[in-house]
Amino acid sequence: MSEQLTKLRKLSELMVKANPGDHFHALGMRFTAVEEGGAKMQLPYSDAIVGNPETGVVHGGVITALLDSCCGFAAISCLDHLCFCPTLDLRIDYMGMAVPGRTIYAEARVYRSTRHVIFCRGKAYQDDPQKPLAYCVANFAQLDPEVVKNLDAQIVAVLDSMEDAG
Amino acid sequence: MSAMAEAAHRARADADLSPVIEAIPYARLLGIRASYRGELLFHLPPKPGNVGNPTLPALHGGAIGGFLELSGALHLVMTMDVLRIPKVVDFSIDYVRAGRLQDTHAACHVVRQGRKLVNVAIQAWQDSREEPIATARAHFLLE
Repeated sequence: MSEQLTKLRKLSELMVKANPGDHFHALGMRFTAVEEGGAKMQLPYSDAIVGNPETGVVHGGVITALLDSCCGFAAISCLDHLCFCPTLDLRIDYMGMAVPGRTIYAEARVYRSTRHVIFCRGKAYQDDPQKPLAYCVANFAQLDPEVVKNLDAQIVAVLDSMEDAG
Repeated sequence: MSAMAEAAHRARADADLSPVIEAIPYARLLGIRASYRGELLFHLPPKPGNVGNPTLPALHGGAIGGFLELSGALHLVMTMDVLRIPKVVDFSIDYVRAGRLQDTHAACHVVRQGRKLVNVAIQAWQDSREEPIATARAHFLLE
């Protein structure tokens, strides 16, 4: 794994894990993998994310949060610098209902990256990747080069200090 | 009658959504509230559990999305002629301003109610309704 990709993986893990009590923790999202132009996450089932108490089916908003995050990590993975990209917009098509009690997996890929906008697609599934619960498209804005440079320096400093701390 | 439908009937009779909100775990997780101020409005008080970026701090885009999707569904539960539990088919959201960690509000508008499918437009704002932080639309299936 290249050095940049290793840093990217650490940054993504940090964003999901570093702040106990935030939305990643409230839903129980987990970061699984990142590669250039792609990311994977998962969300184990829990009672707190149920939208229909009678069936135990997870609320759609939970899948929105998972796919938004996963596409976001995919988006930053195709950049030369470590930084964040705000979501411009997101569309989700729900193909089926999540089976209660089972983990939901998410995969996202960048299919086009331009100077100002990064275009991503993603899907969420349970047992069979060929039968997604939901597909999504999400576009992300590239921050100004100045901001990116500053952010990159800050992020690298944080990652290095963590490494020093062991 | 199912417990959900019963809660919804009670909410409609009393013009108070709390029984429905209390019955939905995800609604409690977000901390969504509803009120009538000449129209049905939804509120999301600032809550650490909805934060996505702690340095700003900003709400997680997924929390804003979930809030709007849930608002759309609850709006239908409260305003449709006949009570049916809506199922989301698709959902689209534009994030037009950063969602800061403060009170967020949403209002819904039924664009078209068909026999089975309903199109709902949802707007979210913080300081001023004239400056939305997100606009969304969704199709719900009524069964």
